Amino acid sequence: MFFTLLKIELYKIGKRPRTYISFGALAILIFLIQIALKANGNEFIDIILSSQSETFDIPKEQILNGYFVCFIILNMLLVHIPLLVALIAADQVSGEANMGTLRFLVSKPVNRAQIILAKYLASVLYIIVMLIWIALLGLFLSNFIFGTNDLFIGRQLDALVIEKTDILWRYVLAFLFATLGLSVIGALAIMLSVFSENSIGPIVATTAIVIVCTIIQQLSVPLFENTITPWLFTTHMLGWKGFFYPQSFELVGDEGSTVIAGTIERTSALYKSVAILVGYIVLFLSIAIWKFKRKDILS
Amino acid sequence: MLKYCTVVLFFLVQNAVAQDVESLVKKIKAKYEKVNDYEASGKMKTNVVFIKAPIAKVKVYYKKPNKLKIKNESGVSFIPKGSVNVNMGNVFAVKDFQALDAGTDKVNGVTVKVIRVLPNDTDNSDIVLSTLYVDEKNLLVLKSKTSTKDNGTYELLMQYGDQAAYGLPSKVEFSFNVKDYKLPKGVTFDYDNGASKDNAKKLKSKKGKVEITYSSYIVNKGIKDEIFR
Repeated sequence: MFFTLLKIELYKIGKRPRTYISFGALAILIFLIQIALKANGNEFIDIILSSQSETFDIPKEQILNGYFVCFIILNMLLVHIPLLVALIAADQVSGEANMGTLRFLVSKPVNRAQIILAKYLASVLYIIVMLIWIALLGLFLSNFIFGTNDLFIGRQLDALVIEKTDILWRYVLAFLFATLGLSVIGALAIMLSVFSENSIGPIVATTAIVIVCTIIQQLSVPLFENTITPWLFTTHMLGWKGFFYPQSFELVGDEGSTVIAGTIERTSALYKSVAILVGYIVLFLSIAIWKFKRKDILS
Repeated sequence: MLKYCTVVLFFLVQNAVAQDVESLVKKIKAKYEKVNDYEASGKMKTNVVFIKAPIAKVKVYYKKPNKLKIKNESGVSFIPKGSVNVNMGNVFAVKDFQALDAGTDKVNGVTVKVIRVLPNDTDNSDIVLSTLYVDEKNLLVLKSKTSTKDNGTYELLMQYGDQAAYGLPSKVEFSFNVKDYKLPKGVTFDYDNGASKDNAKKLKSKKGKVEITYSSYIVNKGIKDEIFR
């Protein structure tokens, strides 16, 4: 019965025009970033490394490759994709309440928890397809347009270079992690959706929560950094980047370090992030199921 | 009279010493000038506190008088702008110079003569001052400190192997000054895995180093000028 419910939910998502708006919007955004970097990529790298241009010959042609472009695309998009996830997931219950089909759905002999879980799983599958779409355009098309080379990553306090033979597996894990991160947004949106009778409220509320959390996380204020920030799901959603931070060993007698291929710096931090994100999913879905079971379906 | 004689004697000794180090520099220069060009393969370690990069396979091209290019043809490497000073060609390209004896010192356990080389034609030379630490017995420069007009001050530490007859090192450590590196948090959106706080303590070093270990040299076989563009 659960798989029948899941199929129905996937059919509903597939029938909605807004589903394809997300894919169209993502394609346009990715193409725009690719065109911009193809035209002015060197200037973009100049801006990032302006403080070092007097000391080093910046290898701009080598830095501007498909792996780097994909990293930039993910860096820009994964902050905004929650809005696209909210467009679909926040409509799951409230949209049906608004259209009057929810009463018909719950009148069937199925567990209400199963209805919520089927809706959630359908949202997760939508997220997976969306990320595959991003991978096709952002990674493989970028590699085709810009070629491949070592990946340069500029962090706040240091710069990393990862060998090109050591990158692809990091992207696979990063996309899997991004699926988990965005699944938290899906769970949040469905939870808010249960509390509402129309779609706009949960979509706006989900987006607002993500924006507020992101701003708190970006504020370098000890008050937040030592209390709220380590527990925000937006903090841990950035964990996909952790796969691009390799371990390094100190060069003997010196202060520099060189990266070790095939490694990840602080895997324990990633495990913690996974645990926290899974915890949020369980929490949001539990609240959603609890509320949905007690909800008087009047529409 | 005695005072007058002492002063004359002092200047005569000074002049003899100056001529001695000048002829030593000329002898070393003659040795290095045997090399018209070379293409060397090697491994490069970039040792800058804020750069974490793999060890790169590089090719180093040199052509007289002072053209030098380091190329990482298969990956991304940050090569310091003053890398033209990564061999002694730039110093020995100075034709009109003054050499001053600055005593002796030790480099890697070897007693060396310290010589200060000052170009006379400062308008046409990027080098302001170069201090050479010379192994007199083998006529090799083991260490140099060079101050330039445009590229700051560089230090070079060299070890020699089977190309010592040409004055070409088997290993070079090239030290240079680096500037602070920091990107805005709002641009990078870093994932905090707890490592950045540890790294921040180490970021105060202002010195960078590039270490090249050469595995092979092709000497005096001709190199096209396009490589240096």
